[in-house]
Amino acid sequence: MALKDRIQETIESEDVVLFMKGTPEQVLCGNSARALDALRSVGAPVTAVDVLPDPAIRQELSALSNWPTIPQVFVRGELVGGADIVQELAETGELREKLDGALGEGWQERGREERTVELAEGSGPAGLRLVP
Amino acid sequence: MTVRLEELLRQAFPDATELAVEDRTGGGDHFQVVVTSPRLAGLSLVEQHRLVYDALAEPLADGTIHELRIKTRGDG
Repeated sequence: MALKDRIQETIESEDVVLFMKGTPEQVLCGNSARALDALRSVGAPVTAVDVLPDPAIRQELSALSNWPTIPQVFVRGELVGGADIVQELAETGELREKLDGALGEGWQERGREERTVELAEGSGPAGLRLVP
Repeated sequence: MTVRLEELLRQAFPDATELAVEDRTGGGDHFQVVVTSPRLAGLSLVEQHRLVYDALAEPLADGTIHELRIKTRGDG
């Protein structure tokens, strides 16, 4: 599958996707950290994609989303925004409402899941990690 | 550099009631911009930020802007 299609599939199939620089375990950019913190603050499930291993990920993503910068947060296929917007929505409570609407009420009881998906060519299988 | 960014934003939002560009680190590549404009009214935050990105497309593309923070408001 072409990289563009793998990106599209990830955006559409995962509840919440965070395209970031680095991983949740090792964040390599202040704005990615702000977006991740905002998602964590509401207890959102996060599927993280590190854009750094292959510059093509960022190029294809920005072409798809019409959004030039990283991080980018998607909820059920819809671009929610970058760090500033996600942080603002988390503070106003709108992020929680958006998750209620997109994932159905009760998503918070399912346990917070954080996982990292590799999209770069030749990468290994996706890692799954449950956050206690 | 803040002057150039202000000019670009002023062109895109000529009727802005608030328009500020701050060099966050003093290094000339990390910026915070604030735009309040009637042009932003009724748009989603994603749409609002896209208009700011459009206005600053050149300095974003050529690497002048390494990091950008955006605060927008639609002026009622």
